[in-house]
Amino acid sequence: MRQTRSVEIGTGLFVLLGMGAMFFLTTQTTGGDDFRADSVYVVEARFENVGSLRTRAPVTMSGVTIGRVTNVAFDPQTLEAVVEFVIDSRYDSIPDDTDASILTSGILGSQYVGLQAGGSETYLEDGSQIMFTQSAIVLENLIGKFLVNAGSDDSE
Amino acid sequence: MNVLFRDLYNTLIEFLRTFGAFQLFALRIIRHSPSMLLSRFDLVVAQVFNSGALSLVIIMVSGLFVGAVLGLQAYSNLSLFNAEDWTGVAAAFGLVKELGPVITALLFAGRAGTALTSEIGLMKATDQLSAMEMMAVNPVRRVLVPRFLGGFIAMPLLAAIFSMVGMFGAHLVGVELFGVDVGSFWQQIQLTVEMSDINEGILKSIVFGAVASLIAVWEGYNAMPTAEGVGRATTRSVVITAIAVLVFDFMITAAMI
Repeated sequence: MRQTRSVEIGTGLFVLLGMGAMFFLTTQTTGGDDFRADSVYVVEARFENVGSLRTRAPVTMSGVTIGRVTNVAFDPQTLEAVVEFVIDSRYDSIPDDTDASILTSGILGSQYVGLQAGGSETYLEDGSQIMFTQSAIVLENLIGKFLVNAGSDDSE
Repeated sequence: MNVLFRDLYNTLIEFLRTFGAFQLFALRIIRHSPSMLLSRFDLVVAQVFNSGALSLVIIMVSGLFVGAVLGLQAYSNLSLFNAEDWTGVAAAFGLVKELGPVITALLFAGRAGTALTSEIGLMKATDQLSAMEMMAVNPVRRVLVPRFLGGFIAMPLLAAIFSMVGMFGAHLVGVELFGVDVGSFWQQIQLTVEMSDINEGILKSIVFGAVASLIAVWEGYNAMPTAEGVGRATTRSVVITAIAVLVFDFMITAAMI
């Protein structure tokens, strides 16, 4: 009987440890979604270049995540990228002349949409479109411009 | 020439027969599993103890060192790009998605699988299985199914423990030894690793657990009932499990990408 008892205790400890490890992995190593909202509204923005923005990228305002990108598409008529994102309905007083830019978190980080508040009295609502946008900074273009400038400086 | 073709044909047919018999065997084991889990839970618990709890030491020590090595390699290469903060990410991805399930399965085959195979093989060699049949006890149900279930339950837990201890090892090397900032080490992991990565690891460990235990049990049950036969079966069980795990790993990874 003592044999079975110690086996049972050992098994119990082992299974608990295993469950603990799974819990650790799922909670401590994943950030999960730091964006959860009961209700959201959809806003659209058009960019010349979205860089490597992907769906599920965060939408932030003053550094706080208030929404998430739900769709990145290309509009063949206007030849622009159409980014669709949802914003938590709690934040319903964002001025409609807010501008959206695509930023990079850190030098190797992923890209996200940053909103910069405007001063309008009317607010963004479901289906509205952001007028002022700033494209992603593409490193290659930047280097290209820099090289062109450096070359022209030398020739003068 | 005819002899060659005949030999080839016989080998092929024999392979197909074994392969098919294995599938039927697997079905038989799986069919008996739910009722065994309900009616003789004590037997399953004893096997979880044998396969799982007794493998803890080797799993944890290996996990610690694998994580530490990953941290070491990641750090020394990432520091070339001043991206030391990503040490944890490299270790986490390596552990959670690949090395955790795979190395655990290989160690499991060596530590628990061999024990299962030789135990069952010896039971067969000493006619214990036939004796059970005489007493109208189904040896597949009474002996094999609890051992399969024990391994099946233990494997995912062992893989999770391996990954967790490995993260700790990477932390020791990255943060304590090389002085990566502890905040950015873990924050970078949390930002990058997603739930789907963890799920991939868990899925792999479940599949590997089923594969490793099934092969171990099958080899034991089909061992030649001699001392030499049991030895051979044990070797085969490890070899086949190792190959099967690596092949399945490739297939699952390819399917999940």
